[in-house]
This record gives sequence, structure tokens and C-alpha cells, in this order.
Amino acid sequence: MISLIKNLPNCQFFTHFRNYVPLLLLAGLQQGLAQEFGDHQYTTEAIEAGSRVYTQQCALCHGPQGALVDGVDLRRGQFPTVRSDADLRNLISSGAGEGRMPAFELRQEEMNGVIAYLRAGFDPDGIAVKIGDPGRGQVLFRGKGECATCHRVNGIGPRTAPDLSFIGAIRTPVSLQRNLLDPGTALLPINKPVRIVTRNEETIVGRRLNEDTYTVQVIDSQERLRSLKKSDLVSYEISDAPSKQPTTLSSDEVADVISYLLTLRGLQ
Amino acid sequence: MKVIKPIWLTICIATMLIVALNVSAQVSYQRILNAADEPGNWLTYNGGYSSQRYSRLDQLTPENVDQLQLQWTLQNQVFGAWQSNPIIVDGIMYVTERPNSVMALDAITGRVFWKYRHVPADNALVCCGANNRGVAVLGDKVFIGTLDARLVALDRINGQPLWNVEVGDVSLAYSVTMAPLAVKDKIIVGVGGGEYGIRGYVAAYDANTGKQAWKTYTIPGPGEPNHDSWQGDDWKHGGAPVWITGSFDPDLNLTYWGVGNPGPDWNAGQRPGDNLYSDSVIALDADTGELEWYFQFTPNDGYDYDSVQVPVLADIVFKGTPTKVMMWANRNGYFYVLDRVSGEFLVGKPYVTVNWSSGLDENGRPITTPQPEGMPTYPGNQGGTNWYPPSYSPRTGLFYFSAWQDYATIYRAEESEYEPGRAFLGGGFSVLAPAPGAPTIGIGRTNPINNWTNEVGHASLKAMDPQTGEAVWSYDQFDVSDSGMLTTASDLLFTGGREGYFHAIDARSGDLLWHVNLGGQIVMAPVTYMVDGVQYVSVISGHALSTFALRDS
Repeated sequence: MISLIKNLPNCQFFTHFRNYVPLLLLAGLQQGLAQEFGDHQYTTEAIEAGSRVYTQQCALCHGPQGALVDGVDLRRGQFPTVRSDADLRNLISSGAGEGRMPAFELRQEEMNGVIAYLRAGFDPDGIAVKIGDPGRGQVLFRGKGECATCHRVNGIGPRTAPDLSFIGAIRTPVSLQRNLLDPGTALLPINKPVRIVTRNEETIVGRRLNEDTYTVQVIDSQERLRSLKKSDLVSYEISDAPSKQPTTLSSDEVADVISYLLTLRGLQ
Repeated sequence: MKVIKPIWLTICIATMLIVALNVSAQVSYQRILNAADEPGNWLTYNGGYSSQRYSRLDQLTPENVDQLQLQWTLQNQVFGAWQSNPIIVDGIMYVTERPNSVMALDAITGRVFWKYRHVPADNALVCCGANNRGVAVLGDKVFIGTLDARLVALDRINGQPLWNVEVGDVSLAYSVTMAPLAVKDKIIVGVGGGEYGIRGYVAAYDANTGKQAWKTYTIPGPGEPNHDSWQGDDWKHGGAPVWITGSFDPDLNLTYWGVGNPGPDWNAGQRPGDNLYSDSVIALDADTGELEWYFQFTPNDGYDYDSVQVPVLADIVFKGTPTKVMMWANRNGYFYVLDRVSGEFLVGKPYVTVNWSSGLDENGRPITTPQPEGMPTYPGNQGGTNWYPPSYSPRTGLFYFSAWQDYATIYRAEESEYEPGRAFLGGGFSVLAPAPGAPTIGIGRTNPINNWTNEVGHASLKAMDPQTGEAVWSYDQFDVSDSGMLTTASDLLFTGGREGYFHAIDARSGDLLWHVNLGGQIVMAPVTYMVDGVQYVSVISGHALSTFALRDS
């Protein structure tokens, strides 16, 4: 009677980038990630151990991405009542919500691990990606990288592609890198470009926002929110190809762009 | 006071007389036995002992179903999937709310008469949400099983607790989430806890006193038949919970129960053997609990293919011979028809993509084809279907249920040691997703945006012909569905899904007749009843129980 869901990790990919950990240590301390990394008192081993505890004990209710309980997003560090690690520890061992969250008797190393895993954004390898300079990254984002021709950040740019104003809070470095290097495998299915022809012969090109059995919601190329009944459509195509090509930026430049994207954490 | 007292006395005496004369208004065993003859009520979890979820009411028809209008809504006060099935007795509805509350309400207006709240013990532990699926009624009592593994009897009129007994040890993670089944003078429940190394059982209690009448383990102990389907001490913590209400055949005096997964869930290698009676249907004598027969769907299961589906009973002409059958769309991806007298296997065919097995042998035993490590297994962990109740219409001769199509899981087995009251899972799993980081299907739906999309799997309502084991038609949804089914004598089929649409479908053709967006996941089956000549249909969507009737009602 279990239902827990975790995404398919690409093990090779993760293993490969684990080799960059020492590199990142250096880069991280020098650059914008210093605070994020330096404040971390948990080891990779703890995070990995925590990942196992999470899968066994937590994911049943919280889901693989930690967002299945209303008002809580574990991966993104959004908790209704908890701030410090000590708070987390207390809540996990005492339970909450009148029994909706049971109390867990975790061993010390399990508790440390699961907190490390939450704090690492559910990504045992998340810090193992080369991170560059956010300032240079911002320049590349707006210029040579051509990101800003489709993506909007902090109120500037078109809305046709997903708004990236808080992408740094919801995506891991690994995920961002994959999105740049191999968008075809990284594009989330909901974001796929669609081409729709209605009965009144209107052609709508845009990005899918939501869909159900009878309707589909899109943002069209004129940035209009459209909700369409499928019974009113003559054709409805969802593109398998992403709307963007793999980036031609160099690996150092990609590292810079990732670094910039990680600074985008929404309204503070 | 001198004036009032005689009036109260008169009222009391009058009431006593009325109660004495009004025995027929009680929910006697006879009434439940003949539940199909009083379609105005919904007397058991599945509408009657055969669990067909078929109603003889026919005021609503394919022609007028688009005239349905909302009559009332009851808002849930607690967040979380609302999987409760209402019971309706003579115009009064009994419905449970998370974690373990019971309400009695006016079935015409939705106004609440009373509410009883049981607060489960702090150490209650359930794997997959503080679920409760409803009550049983018998006589003048209502019965609820609780998350801390207790069975509570309430006065049906005023909601006061009458007795409260332990069904299982809460510190070992036993729980009750199912609606109990009332048979004769007994209340029968099973226990959950298959993720915590319990040893499952079904137990019956005297409806008047709460005294345990019998208890039958779903894992045979030393000296019992089939104990050798386990090795060493594995049987002690082998799971095999029973967390969905069973069925009853009064002629055979047999109750039928679906048994859940063996434990630890995902490391089948850790518990060699068939692991009986996990993932089986068991037929137990209603009076003694004695095991009459069993049929195991998935021996030595490593995929969490609980066989907790509702045993749906019907008397049909099967290949020219009148046969007492049991129909079963199993979580393992196969649809089965069994002879319910003997447990003999009659039909078994896959209804979704299945790759853990290449087929069934002549006895219905699967020919297993385990997938290489890291490769997807179909159907995935939630199964081709799960616990949500199907329906069988004797008019159409078809069996209806919600299937999950194109849904797969990658399993990971690891050694795990049993520790009392802790998860005992033996590994983990991931859902096959189209892109790394893409959202995948969870146990419930809290997001109004379906951002996992149909690429991770989608619902297909299937109408199965028990003669062939094939689907006659199917009705697909974009999202998955954990909704049960309801059919009526006018060949209407009502169901829902996670998108929050409530659908009325032509039970013969599969054509959509009417739908309305109720806005929250529908994770239980609709029910129908009649009061004062008006047919109602009720369904829970999200945190609201909505009741519909025709516009001019």
C-alpha cells in the first residue's frame, strides 16, 4: 500500500559529476556559493544516507520531491513552522498536525542524514556541478547565451518560456546544467511547445500550462492565457522537440550561467 | 419544573413505545442480506454483500442525467485525501472524516445531526495517509475502525460510543483504515501495516459486546498448511495486511478478503517462497473464520502488488454453465475470473502492459519475467489498479474499474532488518519519468496543475467482459484515476478521477453523457440512494461531498 515516487536518476550522469566535488569546493568558496556551501556541516555521506532514510520513511507521504503535503515543500526548504535544523529535528521526533505527521524514532545518524538530505535540496550530488561567476553569467544570460530572448527574469523579458525569477530556488545545479546542455532530455513535459488549430480556424502556438481530459490551458505566443476545450479543436500537437537547442556556450560559460541562475531566488 | 416533568415523561414513554414498535427501522442482518431490494439505501461499503456497487434505482437515466443539479455540499474540515464511502439508512447518511470522525447527516439537506471524534493514539503509524474509508451499520449501531487499530461501536441515533476494543497493537504499527463488514451478529475487520512488518489477519467481533469471535491470520503459523511457503522467521513479519472491505456469499457462508503485499515490500529475495497468503484472495467461513480456500495472484511479490481489491461476486452463465464467480482486476495488471465456490481459476488476462510476467499458466499462476536492475517494471508500484472499488452491472454483464495505463516503476531491492514499529520496506522505487526532475505521480494530488502529464501514466476506465477477460470498451482520462465505480439499473455508470471531474457514462457504450468539474480529486466511488421519491447521487471530490439530484426535485 505504498505510493512513493521518485524521478528516474541518471546514475551515470551523477557519478560523473561527483568527480568535480573538490573542484567545486574551491570554486564554491571563492564565489557566490561560498555561503551555501560553507554553512553546510553535512558530508556527502550524510546526504546519501539521508536519501535512503527519506525514501523509506518520509517519501511515503511527502513524495519523492517533498511537495505532496499541503503547505510544505521539503526540497525547497519551505516549512510552515520550522526554521532551524533543531526545529526540524524536534518536529521529526515529535510529529505534527494531530497525528497527520507521525513521530519518527530515528537514530542519530539517520536524523542527521535526513536533515542533510533536506538541506541539500534532495540532491546527493547537487553541489558537484562546476559553478562559475554569477556576474559573468548574467551578462551571458542577457547576451551571447540568448536566454533572455525567451525567458523572463524579475519582470524583464518575454513570458513565452517559463519565468526564471526563482529558478535557483527550485532547481538543482545538475538540473540546470542538463537543461542547458541537453534540453531535449531535460524539458519538463508540461512545458512542451504546443500547436493548436481551433474549429474557427485559429492557430495557436504556445506553451502548455495545464491539461486535463477535456481541456488544455496554454500561454500563447502573444502571452495570452488561453483555455481551450478539446472538443473545439481540429488539431492539437505537442512537440517532442524543445523550443531551444543545446547551448553553444563553452563549459566555463555554462558554469557562469548556472551560477547566475542559482542566484535567482524570487522575491526576498 | 412541575409542569415540564410530566411532559418529558409522556414523551419518554411515547418514544419507548415507538422504539419498541419500530424494530424494522433497525438495520437488521436480513435487511443487509437483501440490500439490493431496498435501493433507496446504501447499507454496506460496497452497496451489498456481493459488492457489485450496482443500484436498482432508475430515476436518473441517460436521457435526463444532464439535468443533474447540486443539492448540497458537505465540507470536510480536515485536509488529506477523503476516501470515505457514505452509508445511507432511511434518509440518514453516515460518513467518516480524517482521521477517525463519524458524522450522521440528513441525506436530503446535508445538515449534520451529530459528529463523533476518535483521536488516534500518538504512535499510530500508517504508511500512506490518515485514511479512513467508512463505517458499517448493524442494528442500532455504527462501527468504525481506527488508525490506532481499534474498533469502535457508536449508537446510531446519538453518536455516543458504546464499546471500543483493540484490534491490533498500535505500537507494532497495526491500523484499521477499511470500513468494517457486518455479517449476521459480527463485525469483521482486517488490519493494515504491510509496510511495517506486521503479520496480517482478519478478525470478527460480537456486534453487541465487542468481544472477539474469531481471528484468522493471513500468514499461516507453524504447523498450519502452507506455513512452508515462508522460510525461517520470515512469516512473523511478512505483512499480508487486509485493508479493504471484503464480500460475503450467504449461500456458501463464505466471506472473501483481498490480502496485501508481503514484507519487506520490495526485496522478494529476502523472503524466499510463495509467501502465502500475501497477494491472495482468501475465503473464510463467516462464523468461524476458518480458511476454506485461497487463490494467490502474485507469489513472492517484489512489486507491492497488494491484492486488496474488492472481491466482486456475481452469478453468471459462464461458458454455458450457471456459475458463482468472483471478478477481480488485480493490482498486478491481470483481470481474473474465479469460481468462488472452490477458488478455481477460470479466466486471467492482462488489461494493461505487463512485463513482470509473460502470462498465466493453466492454474492462473504467473510465469515471471523479472526485469533487469534499473529497468522499468509494468505496471508500476501503484499497480494497474488498486483498492478503489469496481462495479458489476448484471444488466450489461460487464465489470467496470479504473486502470492506470502506461505507468511503470523502477524498483530497487535492499536488505532490511525488521525492527518493531518501523518501516520494513526492503528498498525503494522510482516512477519512470520522461525527464530527470520531472514531477511524477504521487499518492494523492494537491496541485491543481497536472504537471506530471500523461507521459507518466493515465487513467483508463475499462468495461470487462468476464466471459473473455477482454475490455469491451474503455474511457481514457488525461490524469490517472483512483476513483471507484457505481452502476445503475438505467445503465448509467458514475465515476471520477484525480482531475476532479464527475462523469456519467453510458454503461453499455462507454459514451460520456455528462460531466461536471468538482475541482478536487475523486478518490472513492459515488453512491446513490433515494429519499421521498427522489434519487440522489453523492460523490466526494477533494474536501467536499457533493450530492446531486434532478433539477426539478
